[in-house]
Amino acid sequence: MLALEKVGKTYPNGVHALERFSAEIKPGEIVAIIGGSGCGKSTLLRAIAGLDRASTGTVTLDNAVITAPHAKIGIIFQEPRLLPWLSVADNIGFGLSDLPADVRREKVAQALARVGLADKAKAWPRELSGGQAQRVAIARALVPQPEVLLLDEPFSALDAFTRRDLQDHLLDLWNDTRPTLILVTHDVDEAVVLADRVLVMRPRPGRLFEAIRINLTRPRDRSSPLFENFKRHVLTSLDRSLDRNVPDADPKTVAGEAMWW
Amino acid sequence: MTMSAELPVTLERADTTAAPPPSARLLRYARPALGLLLPVGLALFWELWVALGYSNGRLVPPPTKIFATVMELAKSGELSRHIAATVTRVAAGFGLGVAAGTILGAVSGYWGVVRQLLDPTVQALRAIPSIAWVPLFILWLGIFETSKVALIAVGVFFPVYLGVMGAILSVDRKIVEVGRIFRLSGPAMIRRILLPAVLPAYVVALRVGLGLGWMFVVAAEFMGASEGLGYLLIDGQQLGKPAQIVAAIVIFAILGKTTDWLIELATAPLLRWQDAFGRQGGAA
Repeated sequence: MLALEKVGKTYPNGVHALERFSAEIKPGEIVAIIGGSGCGKSTLLRAIAGLDRASTGTVTLDNAVITAPHAKIGIIFQEPRLLPWLSVADNIGFGLSDLPADVRREKVAQALARVGLADKAKAWPRELSGGQAQRVAIARALVPQPEVLLLDEPFSALDAFTRRDLQDHLLDLWNDTRPTLILVTHDVDEAVVLADRVLVMRPRPGRLFEAIRINLTRPRDRSSPLFENFKRHVLTSLDRSLDRNVPDADPKTVAGEAMWW
Repeated sequence: MTMSAELPVTLERADTTAAPPPSARLLRYARPALGLLLPVGLALFWELWVALGYSNGRLVPPPTKIFATVMELAKSGELSRHIAATVTRVAAGFGLGVAAGTILGAVSGYWGVVRQLLDPTVQALRAIPSIAWVPLFILWLGIFETSKVALIAVGVFFPVYLGVMGAILSVDRKIVEVGRIFRLSGPAMIRRILLPAVLPAYVVALRVGLGLGWMFVVAAEFMGASEGLGYLLIDGQQLGKPAQIVAAIVIFAILGKTTDWLIELATAPLLRWQDAFGRQGGAA
């Protein structure tokens, strides 16, 4: 169980990026965080990853407080961030250096086959297309089998077709070990396709506005009327979140769940 | 599986090995030849000019005369003695300078406190023309080998120090974050992220350092050497033997180019991953 309790962040330059963000995320749940720019989405994700420390509040994973990168928490960034001097296979095995070489090779080979890039094992990152590189980044993050996988706008730099392809692929991979996924995005379609729960944030300072549960079975049909309904719901919420006249929702009344404070 | 895994490599080589058309093969040999065109042409021109009697070639000796001087020196064993002396000095000075520059550059690139402590002093020392050290080094270290090696080491140190420090400072934060996510320790971060990331800049720094090493060995050998290529230069000037001077210069050029090429050759396998403009041969 990943618990965020009143997480806040003020940067040294005085920017108040995030205020009292609380949520509980169950193992295996897929949560999408969506919101306008400057609403603290990425700040929140970096706090969960342990890359930046929260100014206030705590992030805990199974009762362990997260203050630095954790073995059970992986992250995929907007850019693949592959190490250009390592082959594709070595990039995927980067986080497995503690394992014996033969075990590592075996796991890397499996991961490569799983993301459909078995023929690229010896290629350099510069020889990959954007979509292929992001697949390698996904494989690299998944191969140490994290309990929580964070994704910071992972597909936003890709073309629409590749993006859809990778969204489906991500769900497929998620199904293998069912890690918790926390996805920051500004693509409503992506949020509704992937998430069990969409957290809409509002900016200045970044805070939670509304939580929307997506009660759709997977695989989801992007063209079904129900899907459209949920999309409209999220879009409306986004619009309202940017309207200064709409007050912050009283957390206890939203969604009627105990995931709020 | 193995076949398909080889695919990128074969693709990459396809344009050079897969039976190129005759014109392409010609081009492949023509490229280096293009670089030879100018020096060989000039040499030939001067040889003819002197042979035809338009110049006596006393102050600017023709290539055959230079070649004869080199052969003469080589036959008497003089040449190898001078070359050995110079190469030894450059090697020792280069080794020392690279070691000091790499260690201090890495330390001040990695730790901000060390940089604030060390860098202003190093930069101030760098502003001193290195030849200005010569009298001091002679007083401190004597007229023999030590002062010469020290001068070369000083010349090599600065570009290597600057190159390593600058390269570490400019390593992409995003790549470093990947190391942090996988919880690399300090030494592992240096070995697995920082060192490979700075390698291309480091090779450039080494080559610049080596170039300065060859430059400074001449200055060092101007100060009271009894052997070495720099001594040949001075000797040629004092005894009025321009052919000997030009011969020494030509040997300097060959040695400098060869050692530079050796560095390039030794590091090329480590830099195959680079995705750079120069890899494709630059603009046509």
